[in-house]
Amino acid sequence: MFESLSQRLQSVFDKLGKGGRVSEQDVSNAMREVRMALLEADVALPIVKDFVSRVREQAIGAEVHKSLRPSQQVIKIVHTALIETLGEPGRLNLSGTKPAVIMMVGLQGSGKTTTCAKLALSLRKEGKQPFLIAADTYRPAAVEQLMTLGKQIGVEVYQEGVSAKPEDIAQRGLEAARKANAAVVIVDTAGRLQIDDNLMNELEQIKARTKPNEILLVADAMTGQEAVNIATGFNKRLSITGLILTKVDGDARGGAALSMRAVTGVPIKYIGTGEKISADALEVFHPERIADRILGMGDVMTLIEKAEQLYEEEEALRLQQKMLENKFTLQDFLDQLKKIRRMGSISQVMGMIPGFSKMQLQGKIDNQEIEGRIRKVEAIISSMTRQERENPRILNASRRKRIAKGSGVEVRDVNDVIKQYQQMQTLMAQLKKGRFPKIPGLTDGGLFG
Amino acid sequence: MGIFKSGMAKTRQSFFGRIGQMLSGRQITQETWDEIEAMLIQADLGLETTETVIEYLRSAAREERLTHPDQLRRVLRESLLALLDPPRELNISGRDLSVILVIGVNGSGKTTSIAKLAHRLKRAGRNVALAAGDTFRAAAIDQLQKWGERIGVPVIANKPGADPGAVAYDAINAAKARGYDILIVDTAGRLHNNYNLMQELAKVRSVIAKAVPGAPHETLLVLDGTTGQNALKQGQKFAEAVEITGLIVTKLDSTAKGGMIFSVMTELHVPVQFVGLGEGVDDLVYFNPEQFVDSLFDQD
Ligand SMILES: Nc1nc2c(ncn2[C@@H]2O[C@H](COP(=O)(O)OP(=O)(O)OP(=O)(O)O)[C@@H](O)[C@H]2O)c(=O)[nH]1
Ligand SMILES: [Mg+2]
Repeated sequence: MFESLSQRLQSVFDKLGKGGRVSEQDVSNAMREVRMALLEADVALPIVKDFVSRVREQAIGAEVHKSLRPSQQVIKIVHTALIETLGEPGRLNLSGTKPAVIMMVGLQGSGKTTTCAKLALSLRKEGKQPFLIAADTYRPAAVEQLMTLGKQIGVEVYQEGVSAKPEDIAQRGLEAARKANAAVVIVDTAGRLQIDDNLMNELEQIKARTKPNEILLVADAMTGQEAVNIATGFNKRLSITGLILTKVDGDARGGAALSMRAVTGVPIKYIGTGEKISADALEVFHPERIADRILGMGDVMTLIEKAEQLYEEEEALRLQQKMLENKFTLQDFLDQLKKIRRMGSISQVMGMIPGFSKMQLQGKIDNQEIEGRIRKVEAIISSMTRQERENPRILNASRRKRIAKGSGVEVRDVNDVIKQYQQMQTLMAQLKKGRFPKIPGLTDGGLFG
Repeated sequence: MGIFKSGMAKTRQSFFGRIGQMLSGRQITQETWDEIEAMLIQADLGLETTETVIEYLRSAAREERLTHPDQLRRVLRESLLALLDPPRELNISGRDLSVILVIGVNGSGKTTSIAKLAHRLKRAGRNVALAAGDTFRAAAIDQLQKWGERIGVPVIANKPGADPGAVAYDAINAAKARGYDILIVDTAGRLHNNYNLMQELAKVRSVIAKAVPGAPHETLLVLDGTTGQNALKQGQKFAEAVEITGLIVTKLDSTAKGGMIFSVMTELHVPVQFVGLGEGVDDLVYFNPEQFVDSLFDQD
């Protein structure tokens, strides 16, 4: 495992001794560590160089904060600079004549088609009628893939099979969208290398014919040093308007985000966090989260890794065993909830738990609301006796009343928790099977809904 | 375009051309080392491998009393080559049915590589069938079936959403019954940090192992050549779930160098068998360490 930047900087400054002033030499040492951390996170070398020299100046010029240790101060400067470089999350610009057009472009296998469907779904949630155009005529069954997804989410897909030219399909599709009175058209294009002149030419054609409001470059979060070439190449030919980073539910450090943003100057608009088509698996980009992740500091990723280790190695086994024997108790439920809360906000955590990552959560997650609910559940279970937690079947009406009183809630709430717990048991049993389509209770106003 | 297509003569020239141009100073200075380091990092070798190589180069330079940057070329090339194994013969002969399992993260190029590999094996006179084990991604079965039609290889498939273990099992039985001697099993792309999906993969493998003794005879992990340091984690996690016998590195027709394979190979002790150089059926070639190393320094 990589050491986190904070650990590394700490060890640089530890050598300094207490109360030492930060000299230029110390800053240089620190910058070496910063450089290494960024490179390990796959930030492209030229970007790293720029970034480090910028931060070095700031660090040398910075006033020494009394409350911060030198290592903390450097981290703070680096962190702030990273967030600044990553930029504000970009919003879609869909103004002008209807329908607005969004063109999705990117390398092969970067996740364009899936992202098209997710984006369509999230637009519809906002009340904008989406419309999809299948302009990938190259990859076998790419059209079928988009059609299947369109059907799944109930969004119209325009397609002409694979014999027409993509630019013609796009143009005729746009006509069809107009007739269908769609608000936003999303054009799925075939994956291509930015050095493929013919295929880049084709994208220019599509652009000329559809006059898109947005041209979004869809890029894999696992991309390495190549990120600079990809982003530069697509941007040169098409003047892209935004970036979408996919597969962020993986454990890549995501330095490509920084590289691509830095060389194009266009905002990162979304991040993709799951294979399932849910509006929720396309999240608004949060620069601070990606910054944390790139630096490998107390970040979402570390949490994810921790959560995984925890669940993978012991919990999953132990819980599975218990579930097999039908021994998953309310005490276990309580422990799980506490762990979840310790790990961070629930929406971040949902994706970390095996199986939950595939979950189709509907609507936006309101962290505070959910966390409030969890606390309530914790209170309720805490008011139960050990015996009740181990064996919920004994929870009769009078016991429920007592628990409600003890935790300051309504009996209804206690009933809900018990129901939740029962659903959780079903859910856990399904977890073992891997992918599962529907989670009872959790999506319709249950604990997490 | 990738260096692989242009043949050895040009690659050598471009390697020495590039590195000669780069290391053009009169003597080895800090700048020389910085340049080498930058090249290796930009080829996605990662810091650790880069530092190891430079360390080695430095000691070689000391011991052999190298003074001219020119002399470093040979040592650099040799030291990189020493880290790479050539491909093995695939373990797919000498039995009635050999099974190849193909795995990897989403979009790495599994299905396309399977089609290319099947095409290659078919042309070598083998009797190949494909199993549509990706029952999850929309139209993944269609995709494999279209490839099957294109290359004239049968595809054994079930419905979307079917259990992938069951698909593999049925495909093995069908392959046995119809006398195919190689079955290549496609799988759904999955992120290596997804516990459940890795469990699912382990299950598919064990179904295969039960149905045919010693199978899967090859388990090939497909890595996207544009991936950076995450490839190592992919390798580690997939290897924890199933035993990997070889790698396929795709999309090396891009300007990406694929240098992450050094650490993956070292970690997993398995060779790169093939590299993908395009989207056509013929664009899968045996990994050639020399060409690979030379292409690392090719400036596109
Ligand atoms: N340029 C190039 N493209 C490739 C190569 N190998 C695969 N691709 C393309 O990458 C894209 C994804 O390939 P697939 O074979 O569908 O990848 P997969 O791993 O099966 O994807 P999932 O099943 O969705 O996880 C397709 O557009 C392929 O044509 C290669 O070597 N070079
Ligand atoms: Mg596939």
